[in-house]
This record gives sequence, C-alpha cells and structure tokens, in this order.
Amino acid sequence: MKQMLNIALPKGRLGEKVYGMFAEAGFECPEALEESRKLFFENEETGVRYFWVKPSDVTVYVERGACDIGVAGKDIIMENEPDVYELYDLKAGCCRMSESALNDYVEDCTRTLRVATKFPNIATKYYSQFGRDVDIIKLNGSIELAPIVGLSDVIVDITETGTTLRENNMREFRVIANLSARLIANKANYEFKKEMIENVRKKLEMLSENKA
Amino acid sequence: MIDVLTNEEKIGFALRQLYSQKGYRHYSMSKFEEYDFYARNKSFLVSDAVITFTDTNGKLMALKPDVTLSIVKGSRLSDEPLYKVYYNENVYRVSSLSHRFSEITQTGLECIGQVDDECRAEVLSLAAASLRYISPESILSISHLDILSGFVKAMGLEDDEERAVLKCIADKNLSGISEISDNENADRLKELISTSGKPSEVFPKLRQLGCSDEYFRQLEKLIGDLEKNGYGDMVNIDFSIVNDQTYYNGIVFRGFVSGIPFRVLAGGQYDGLLKKMGRDDSAIGFAVYLDMLDYLPKEKIGLNIETGEETV
Repeated sequence: MKQMLNIALPKGRLGEKVYGMFAEAGFECPEALEESRKLFFENEETGVRYFWVKPSDVTVYVERGACDIGVAGKDIIMENEPDVYELYDLKAGCCRMSESALNDYVEDCTRTLRVATKFPNIATKYYSQFGRDVDIIKLNGSIELAPIVGLSDVIVDITETGTTLRENNMREFRVIANLSARLIANKANYEFKKEMIENVRKKLEMLSENKA
Repeated sequence: MIDVLTNEEKIGFALRQLYSQKGYRHYSMSKFEEYDFYARNKSFLVSDAVITFTDTNGKLMALKPDVTLSIVKGSRLSDEPLYKVYYNENVYRVSSLSHRFSEITQTGLECIGQVDDECRAEVLSLAAASLRYISPESILSISHLDILSGFVKAMGLEDDEERAVLKCIADKNLSGISEISDNENADRLKELISTSGKPSEVFPKLRQLGCSDEYFRQLEKLIGDLEKNGYGDMVNIDFSIVNDQTYYNGIVFRGFVSGIPFRVLAGGQYDGLLKKMGRDDSAIGFAVYLDMLDYLPKEKIGLNIETGEETV
C-alpha cells in the first residue's frame, strides 16, 4: 500500500484558497471542492489525503498526529501554541491581530484594562509584556460590540481591511502581530514522511516564487 | 503463552535487562523530595509546575517531577570515575496537551563523571537499541548544541531576540527567523536548520557552512561509532533540537517511533547542570517515555526484543 500524506485544511474561504495552491503545486484531488458532506478526500496518484476541519482545530489534528501536516492561521498557532513545526509561510489570508477601541477612547492607566477577545492567550501574553493589569473577557463572536455596550475598554481581534471597525466607530490603536496561513507539521510524523512533506513545501515555495 | 504484560511493562523489563547487561546499576529513588531542591533548578524541569504537599514536620515536599536531578545529587556519594545508573520511575508533570498534572512512566539512564567519546557512543547506541526494541521503524535524531549556538551567537542578538530565534529554530520556522534578523548570519543559521537528514548528506553541507573543527569531529566520531554498531540507518542529524543551554551542551538527541505522534526518547549532555550543582565534570543520559507506547498496537510490541540484544 502506498504511503499517504494526511493534510488538514481549514474549512471555509481560506481553506479553499489554500487547496487551490496545493492543487496548482501538483497535489490536486478534484473531489475536494465538490459540494458534499464528505469530510475527507484522497488521490492515490499524488499520494495526498485532505481533511476539512474547523480552522481552530487544525493545530490539534496535527499536534496529535492524526494529520501529518496542515494549514493553520498564525492567530490559531499563537493562541494554541502547539508543539509543531512551522515549515512555511503561505502568505495567504494575510491580516493583523490588533488592539482596537472606539474612536474617542483614551486609556485610563489608573485602573484595570478590560479587554474583550476571542484570543485570551494572545491577549494575556501581549499585555503581560508591559506589565499592564488586564481583565480578559473571552467572547466567541461579534467582538466589536463589547466596547459599544461598555463591556470592555478595548478589543483584541483580527482585522483585515478595518471596515467592520469603521462602521462601528472604532479604530486600530496598536498592531500586535501580522498574520497569515502557515504550513505546519507534526514533529514525529515529519521524521517518517520527511521526503513527502519537504516535497510539498518546496513545490509551494516554487509556486510562490514563479508568481512573484 | 498468554500475553498478560502491557506494552509499557514488556519494553520496560527488556530495557532494564539491556541496561544492566551493559554495566548500569539500578537506581531506585524516593517518591518525593524537598520542594526547595526543584525550585532551585526550575528551568531544568520539562514543566515547571510541581505537585507539592506539607510533610508532618512542616517541610514543603514535592512529588518528583524529574529523575535526573536526584540522580546527579545521589552520584555525589560515589567515588567511581564514571557513575553509570539506570532507572524506571513514575514522574509527575503537567502534560503539554491537557495542561493538567499527569503521571508519566519513564525509564532511562545517566552517565556522570568522566564522559568521553567512548561513553557518548555507548549512551547513544543504547538509545538507538532502546528505540529498536520498541519498533524496527524508528529514528534517532541527533544535534550538537555547541555547533548551533556558534551560529546563533554570530547573529549578535539581544537576550529576548535570541530566545525568540531559539523558539523559531525548534519549530523550523525560517520565516520567523527572517522577521527577527535578516543578514548574512541569519541566512547561515537558516541554512543550518534546513540541512537536516542523513549524516552523509549533512556533513558536506556543514563543512561548507563552516563550524568549529572540534565539535565537527566530535559529531563525526559519534556518528561513525553508531554506524559501526549497526545503527547507521536510523540516525538523522537535525539542528532544530533545542534544549535549555544553561543546562545542556554538546550532543542532544530525540527518538521517534513510526505510529507514535510524539517523541518517545529524549536526552543529551548536561554539563551545565553539574556546574550549577558545583561540579566541573560531565554527564550524559536519556529518558524513554514508556507511556507513549500505548499508541502502538499490542501485537507489534516486543517482536524485536530477542533479536535486539545481539545488535547492541
């Protein structure tokens, strides 16, 4: 039986874009984009098996070795801090992790800063660098609402164009990190499927160089 | 024969036999030690959280999170030039996956005192043999920390930048290194991290990149000895292995077994720890994480035990 490379891709727009890059690099699997409820697809010819998983779960699948490699946003990697290799920056889905607040917000350093975020780990680490006392409020969506209703002073969230912020009378105060999709690999599986994994990385690299 | 032993037990017993045949003595330790002892060497521990309790005399005690520290302490009673022991113990650590305390079964060995090329080759061969006992499909990945740190030091970074670079090295994150520093020395480091694989492929590249002759020869000698002992096909060189350099130096290594998604073996030379404990000699050792063997199907385990002995 041929050894297959198991690849975790994030379900959704980014995943489809990334699959497009993999396909162009020579690892296509035509059924992957068909409308269906099937969660995995394989192509024995090219030796790849794709799994569509929830974007924030990609690191879990890879860290625990259920998938050999995967594509995860830098935000997910920073938040989950998995023990995996981060082999390549796909430069897809580029955006920023930033601290934003209402346009007229002025920081009051005499009291605890209240921060609403989907990324409590990233936020905690960021403020601890400055020794700022913070109250991290973990939300699962519509983060922008928090300062409007007075739930928090600021938010730490992903921004791409800033449109949502502007529409809600908010602006970015500080950029915490630049984000993009990364190719990650399980550290043990890498040893046994090194050639296949490095081949994927090299082909993706070549693809982006050709485009540039 | 009815097979009643678990993977952990089967391999655990076989490894004890293997190590004692090679002249290592069994070291049995107490379940707990004074907390203060671990607190002083906190950064040597894999996870710095320790389970503590107060003893009847009011002293704060800890359930042992580590074996090596205690063995080094115990070795002070010995006057042999080379103190060789093996252990089979449970330790209590925070699991990196669940972030909760868990009990981990470890077996391993330590060589403390006058560590030379011969001793290093013996320890690495036993590490390779241990992996082969578990499965014929296993890999021993070796690095040399002094070679790596030569490349890192050349970049002339601030402390926190260096820490960030070391994290990138451990993750083979080349673009992360570029974000921190983007000069000739950073490119050399990236080349070094990319050149992992079979020693026959890595050595010429390493020569090209240039590194200290002393360390190069040490690594070459070690790999040569492993090849002589019949482990050449399972050895890889990989400079992305990063251990805390206040404790570790020289040869460091990791062992992987096909089918287990985590490392099953880890070790290295730790002269720095001895120095911290007031000694000026050397030490090298490794641990096998037996609880990882649950990932392998039971019938696959132990097939190599009989044949394995001859290859040591």
